[in-house]
Amino acid sequence: MTWIAKPRLHHPSLSRNAVGYTRRDYEGKVSTLCAGCGHDSISAAIIQACWELDIEPHRVAKLSGIGCSSKTPDYFLGNSHGFNTVHGRMPSVLTGANLANRGLTYLGVSGDGDSASIGMGQFVHAIRRGVDMAYIVENNGVYGLTKGQFSATADQGSVSKRGVANSDAPIDLVGLALQLGATYVARGFSGDKAQLVPLIKGALGHRGVAILDVISPCVAFNNHAGSTKSYDYVREHNDAVNRLDVIEGRAAIAVDYDPGEAIDVVQHDGSVLRLRKLDPDYDPTDRLAAMAYVNLHQARGEVVTGLLHVDPAATDLHGHLGTVATPLNQLGAAELCPGAAALAKINAALR
Amino acid sequence: MTPIAAVNDFVVKFANVNGSGSASANELFARAILRMGVPVSPRNIFPSNIQGLPTWYEVRVSEAGWLGRRGGVDLLVQMNPQTWDADVAELPAGGYLLYDSSRPLPPGRLRDDIVVLGVPLTRICAEHYQDPRQRQLFKNIMYLGVLSVLLGIDREAIVRLVGEQYRGKEKLLEANLGALDLGRAHALAHFPDGIGLQVRAADAVGERIFMEGNAAVALGMVYGGATVCAWYPITPSSSVAEAFQKYCQKFRAGEDGNRHAIIQAEDEIASIGMVVGAGWNGARAFTATSGPGVSLMTEFIGLAYMAEIPATIVNVQRGGPSTGMPTRTQQADLLSCAYASHGDTRHVMLFPEDPTECFAFAADALDLADRLQTPVFLMTDLDIGMNQRLCAPLAWDDARRYDRGKVLSAEQLEDGREFGRYLDADGDGIPWRTWPGTHPTRGAFFTRGTTKDPWARYSERGPDYVYNIERLRRKWRTAAGLVPAPVPAAAAQGARAGVIHYGSTSPAMAEALAALAAAGLHLDALRLRAFPFPQSVLEFIEGHERVFVVEQNADGQMRMLLVNEFGVDPARLVPVLHYDGTPITARFIVDAITAVLGASPVRPQPERVT
Repeated sequence: MTWIAKPRLHHPSLSRNAVGYTRRDYEGKVSTLCAGCGHDSISAAIIQACWELDIEPHRVAKLSGIGCSSKTPDYFLGNSHGFNTVHGRMPSVLTGANLANRGLTYLGVSGDGDSASIGMGQFVHAIRRGVDMAYIVENNGVYGLTKGQFSATADQGSVSKRGVANSDAPIDLVGLALQLGATYVARGFSGDKAQLVPLIKGALGHRGVAILDVISPCVAFNNHAGSTKSYDYVREHNDAVNRLDVIEGRAAIAVDYDPGEAIDVVQHDGSVLRLRKLDPDYDPTDRLAAMAYVNLHQARGEVVTGLLHVDPAATDLHGHLGTVATPLNQLGAAELCPGAAALAKINAALR
Repeated sequence: MTPIAAVNDFVVKFANVNGSGSASANELFARAILRMGVPVSPRNIFPSNIQGLPTWYEVRVSEAGWLGRRGGVDLLVQMNPQTWDADVAELPAGGYLLYDSSRPLPPGRLRDDIVVLGVPLTRICAEHYQDPRQRQLFKNIMYLGVLSVLLGIDREAIVRLVGEQYRGKEKLLEANLGALDLGRAHALAHFPDGIGLQVRAADAVGERIFMEGNAAVALGMVYGGATVCAWYPITPSSSVAEAFQKYCQKFRAGEDGNRHAIIQAEDEIASIGMVVGAGWNGARAFTATSGPGVSLMTEFIGLAYMAEIPATIVNVQRGGPSTGMPTRTQQADLLSCAYASHGDTRHVMLFPEDPTECFAFAADALDLADRLQTPVFLMTDLDIGMNQRLCAPLAWDDARRYDRGKVLSAEQLEDGREFGRYLDADGDGIPWRTWPGTHPTRGAFFTRGTTKDPWARYSERGPDYVYNIERLRRKWRTAAGLVPAPVPAAAAQGARAGVIHYGSTSPAMAEALAALAAAGLHLDALRLRAFPFPQSVLEFIEGHERVFVVEQNADGQMRMLLVNEFGVDPARLVPVLHYDGTPITARFIVDAITAVLGASPVRPQPERVT
């Protein structure tokens, strides 16, 4: 019920982060999604992640496509500009926005229908280009707003609420992201906030494409027996490969683990991704090994979660294009217009 | 048979094979005549193909300065056996045929009512060059040498042009001049007196420049401050983005990096998505496309209209719909652009007449898109975009500042200024906007399509929807006063009939008006340069008994817009429609208007048919 204003009262005990904001300052309007929707847990995790990262809310641009998931940016970061774009086309709008101002943090929110069906083309091409963004797919395997049709990520053989089995093969967005060269690929579960918040923090701090596939059960249409995107199914089949801690650059790095138990990955912004291994053989910096692992375990019916791949030497679209450090939207005629004298020369060469 | 005789007033048509390297020699031909002070207007006539199929280059030489397509041909340079029969048949009696006579023609392939000029180009090349590629390429420059003798084109003019083209590549320069002189030597030996068509030095070119519309659009975008270009290759617009890239490399690349970002997107939907995203975030952005691309973009265009985001879209129109005739010209996308999107939408369109206006309107479109916070279409076509046109020099005033429109700064927000993203604060229908990241606690809003109130809060209430639509109507009326005004051309004597035209029809129209006036038919003309129309357009229509609307599409799309916007009686607006994919001619316009006005037929140029 978005017309109900949230009370602006701040409890005095609410702590402030390094940039002076409380967690409440990262909230948005009241959600209009169904009670128990996994998406609301993801919104809460985004709020927590941004607060912990000391990001100024207005320096985040949040963009989404169309669908239940794409409504959520209205429910967090109320002091950020948001853009509810076109179904399946958030990646292109985010790309353009990113080109215009490289100084902001870009958060794309999409769903499985929005990204894997109508928006598949834009999903893959934004990854190819290396757009610097955190792209969260709130993946529930169904179309919620149109009341429960299968989406392209629904597993073959999974059964709809109406009892119909899905005969089409699923699209695995994590597998695609790995194959296309995304430099940060993770999968989370909306029912595991402790795992999810660090994954979002790592994605927001990553310079390059960060794809975060979050299994987010739809309580209205896809949380029954026979579904492979229900709370119960994911809990039973969750294969977490690691636990992530994001240690910001200014924090002292304390060694509190045995050698071989964790991997530290230093990102561009100086932050450290510390991965506590849950699977002793899993090395997320090895992309090809990650692809093999994910494929193997998914074939066994497991839902592989955690930070699946990170490339510490990631680059981004602005790097590829060689753009100036100043955001393009700050450049004026003095920097952009060659002027009348140059035009006179052009005219002379055209005679 | 009397051979055609004309000085500085004829049409030469080159029939070539795609990919044979003829384009550069043909362009040298046109430019050499320009350097002699005689106006020319060349046109590429080509199929949708890369190599092997026929292609034609038609050059109208006109000291009087008529730059529209004339129609007909006086001298045919036939270098393509595939199209021999049809090309030769097109020549009028007394016309000239220059062909490669290296191999004997089968009997009956030549007409006896034309002047036939055979030059063994292949044989001369074979005698002088070993390399097969050179044998092919130098044929072109060689026929240019022959033509320079036949038509009296100044050799020095060609030598200077070739010198400019191959500056720093002396070897190529010498080889080309050698081939040129081989052609000249042959012609001087065999046709020492030239032919009846002659180029004579004049002073009718002046300061004008010779440029393609697509390049002019790209340069206008550079001058106008576009920093983001997202595009998808489509004929005939691709050279806009390619020229933008070229000019940016020259003017926007610094040691500290590039002051531009160009993305070749995966399709037109992504192109416009990027433009909308960049516009939302405060950068000047454009895309260049053609009709099919606009079709794909329509959902985004509707969103940008409703969410009020600046976006500039260049539509280099071609024959449609769908794949249509991608290498032919039309003005057939007016309706699909004017009302692009489902829902109630109306979009600003600009109609440049030539490269000069392509340049100016590209920069204007960026200002208008920012000022009006809406998509703006720059409507050119293949005839302007992909042909070099003699036009006024490009002009830029260094005192000009970019109009970024109503954008609130951090200071204005800090001062507590009221901000309702979709509130008509000034009564002109244009709301204030903020760019993301401006102020920590003020000015943020959530952008969506229609479901909002004036403060950008979610609303599906009818009154909020109506408020928004009525404000957009006010904005539309504001736009009519900001876009380039129509250009009137009053008849020398009082005229009861008028004519409305736009875009690439302009040169043919000017020639037609002169021919009609010479025959005693006087018409006032109005050249439309933008949609929405200012009130002066209605006054023009009401001031004449009858108004011809001349356009290059089959449905009379501009006429429909006029009827729709002004509610005028359709009977007052007489359609003159040319839509076969070739550029409209003065002859066509004169015939159509004369047929209605009932006078005796007049011709802008006497047909030379015996």
